[in-house]
Amino acid sequence: MKIGEIKELLHAELLCGEEYLDHDVFAACCSDMMSDVLAFVKDQGVLLTGLLNSQVIRTANMMDMVCIVIVRNKVPTEEMIELASDSGLVLMRSPLRAFEASGVLYYAGLGRREEDG
Amino acid sequence: MAENIRFHFDVDGENFTSAGEASVAVKKKLRQLGFSPDVIRKVSIAMYEGEINMVIHANGGTADVEVTDDEIVIVLADQGPGIPNVEMAMQEGYSTARDNIRALGFGAGMGLPNMKKYTDEMEIDTEVGVGTTITMKVYL
Repeated sequence: MKIGEIKELLHAELLCGEEYLDHDVFAACCSDMMSDVLAFVKDQGVLLTGLLNSQVIRTANMMDMVCIVIVRNKVPTEEMIELASDSGLVLMRSPLRAFEASGVLYYAGLGRREEDG
Repeated sequence: MAENIRFHFDVDGENFTSAGEASVAVKKKLRQLGFSPDVIRKVSIAMYEGEINMVIHANGGTADVEVTDDEIVIVLADQGPGIPNVEMAMQEGYSTARDNIRALGFGAGMGLPNMKKYTDEMEIDTEVGVGTTITMKVYL
């Protein structure tokens, strides 16, 4: 799925990383616990989170993720946006809640295995 | 490699916002040096977890990274409270982090186990009231 498609599906507002909207991603992770993201993420390119601090950006960077979606229309700080931009990440905010946003992306095929139907 | 490459960082314990800056810098440098994504990922995640731990528990410390011909060695040293029970600290899910740290997205008790998981060798040298030095190696 293209990152641009994620933006459309989640009615998201893009905060930085417009140049990467054409990139493909294959799976996503939804968590407010960065410890868990660091422990369990493998090849998920997208992080959905309601947590707002600079460690969200650094965690995504460490895990080689390419896109962060802030849910519930929370507003990240300027510092976060700048850090994401410097790290070459897409940062967007969506009005959807974490559960809904995850469901929308999963239903649209992101991270869905064939055996899941 | 003719001479080992070394990086040194002071980790500021007062500032949670800047925690992880050393790991980001190391990741960038290893990428410039042309290491494989797998090696870069292991080193940077292990170091980042360690850096966060130093900020959460030990009021900062120092991080030293040395790149040799056959391994990358990361040494994280602090003068914090020390780890009273290393065996328990190594268990997944065991955490002594306070609630305010959990609110920041950390303190799930995955830090030390994760550092061990992502590295080929890990040694913890700790003394209560004196500090902790963690040495991790990733083979090349």
